Amino acid sequence: MKNSFLVTNRSVLVFLLCLALFTLGVTVLAEATGAGVISTSFVKTLGKTLCLCLIAIAMDVVWGYCGILSLGHFAFFGIGGYAIGMWLMYARTHDIVVGSLSNDVIPATSAEISDAIGTQIFGVVGSSEFPLIWAFAHSLPLQLAAVVIVPGLLALVFGWLAFRSRVTGVYLSILTQAMTLALSLYLFQNDSGLRGNNGLSGLQNMPGSDLGQDVLSIRFFWASAVALGLGYVLFAFVISGKMGSVIRAIRDDEARVRFLGYHVESYKLFVFTITAMVAGIAGALYYPQAGIINPAEIAPIASIYLAVWVAIGGRGRLYGAVIGATFVSLLSSWFTGGGAPNIDLGFYEIVWTDWWLVLLGLSFVLVTLLFPKGIGGLFDYITINREKGPKA
Amino acid sequence: MSALLEVSGVSVTFDGFRAINNLSLSINEPELRAVIGPNGAGKTTFMDIITGKTKPDTGHVLWGEQSRNLLGMSESAIAREGIGRKFQKPTVFEAQTVRENLAMALKNKRGPFDVLFYRKSAEGATRIEELAAEVGLTEQLPRTAGELSHGQKQWLEIGMLLAQDPRLLLVDEPAAGMTPAEREHTTDLLVRAAKTRAVIVVEHDMEFVRRLNCKVTVLHEGSVLAEGSLDHVTANPQVIEVYLGR
Repeated sequence: MKNSFLVTNRSVLVFLLCLALFTLGVTVLAEATGAGVISTSFVKTLGKTLCLCLIAIAMDVVWGYCGILSLGHFAFFGIGGYAIGMWLMYARTHDIVVGSLSNDVIPATSAEISDAIGTQIFGVVGSSEFPLIWAFAHSLPLQLAAVVIVPGLLALVFGWLAFRSRVTGVYLSILTQAMTLALSLYLFQNDSGLRGNNGLSGLQNMPGSDLGQDVLSIRFFWASAVALGLGYVLFAFVISGKMGSVIRAIRDDEARVRFLGYHVESYKLFVFTITAMVAGIAGALYYPQAGIINPAEIAPIASIYLAVWVAIGGRGRLYGAVIGATFVSLLSSWFTGGGAPNIDLGFYEIVWTDWWLVLLGLSFVLVTLLFPKGIGGLFDYITINREKGPKA
Repeated sequence: MSALLEVSGVSVTFDGFRAINNLSLSINEPELRAVIGPNGAGKTTFMDIITGKTKPDTGHVLWGEQSRNLLGMSESAIAREGIGRKFQKPTVFEAQTVRENLAMALKNKRGPFDVLFYRKSAEGATRIEELAAEVGLTEQLPRTAGELSHGQKQWLEIGMLLAQDPRLLLVDEPAAGMTPAEREHTTDLLVRAAKTRAVIVVEHDMEFVRRLNCKVTVLHEGSVLAEGSLDHVTANPQVIEVYLGR
């Protein structure tokens, strides 16, 4: 069944091939595994970009295909990051504490070790107690499960309440944004149990491993590439066939779909939840490469960027979302990272770190007005021309 | 013949306006029924109530052999019970092909996971071909529904209704905007459909109703004014007054 699906969806195969070639290219050029042309920090940037592509295709499915403009998917991304971050931080602090106490004449009790870890982690927010949500932080399998389960449950409960009340369109977008804002504001508090605005840090270090950053970075890059490939196949499967037909029908006229006998709310809930879970996975791969996560990452603006990427890349086609996320996020770090030369107009100097957002906003407006299909729409011209070619 | 649908004592008020007033009506299976009435008589609201779009203030809508109450059910559950509806304005999914439109309507399990793992079957494909032939859209199967003419969209929608294989078909002004030839084709389709199931046609056009040659219910101000053959109801002085002005 899987085979026939992949064979009938050639664009999926093309995408997987491109992704494999890209991964191979980066591996050959990276410091740890190859020529060393690509710096470790750039490998991390590329790995993070792959994670952003993963959440972008999730956004494309929920918005481009199902018509739900969610401004909350970066919250799920952040929750995934926090879930893995808790384990990374706990396990690493545990190693350090045990290492430093092992020189003592009297061996430390487990209570002493736990206190010492608590002080290390929560000292910045004036506490040394482990909050309840850290109960499973010692266990990698449980925190990995949380990466998927917590965003999934949140999306399920939130979606159930929202869809059941038939909240749609811009009102639903506002509701998802409110959820994101509430979560971010809660996490900013010191007693949220997740170190307030300090967030979780030191996530780039892998506990119990003495591999250098150059090796770790390429491994995370590989993991991100695999996750993106699997995510792409998963979503291509969801949007193909009858499911895709029903989802697109819901986007275009949900009342009519109800009269065909489909329980529209269940379908929306399915799409919302599955994309939230994938967003959680994307976040869990992103933040170990970023090294730090704090509540500002979850702020509504991040989810708006996500919508902008998908719109610029082209809604309603998965590779469009990938193109949009790659293009805009890399361009964004080039402009805001000082890569772009400032333009001196004589009377005024355009400093890109300030003006990039203006440029992005303008291009968003222009793309929406002039090229509603986004960059991905360019591929239509190619195929149309090819079809016309032999006849003309 | 037993009653398939029994509407009794239904009333609904919108902001103080009584759209439906103590309406009672019953349909057998199979049966073809035309519902006529002037603008604002409550014809569309009547359909909205049966299909679950509008909840009435009082009354019952009982369905099938077990006389199940439809009023507490969602639109999609009512549709799965076997009630299909065709809207006045053709509403098909314009961004998808004729084939996809029909496939979506085809009677199958409707749960998200059933649909996710649904794979095309030979019977399904044959059924779609048959339906397309019945509504005269065989040539158009691979085309996008948005490219169809107005009449073709109407037929596609009728085809989608037949694909659902409903026990009761509600059809709102099917002949609107059709050429005489298209109307004739539509009449044939409805008469044929009514041989095996219940069909309720809401219509303005008396000529069209005459061609359906069936029992007629006249609605006025939200309740039944007269019922019987077309000749019978058009001879009714009250009906004449309502239609020809006061």
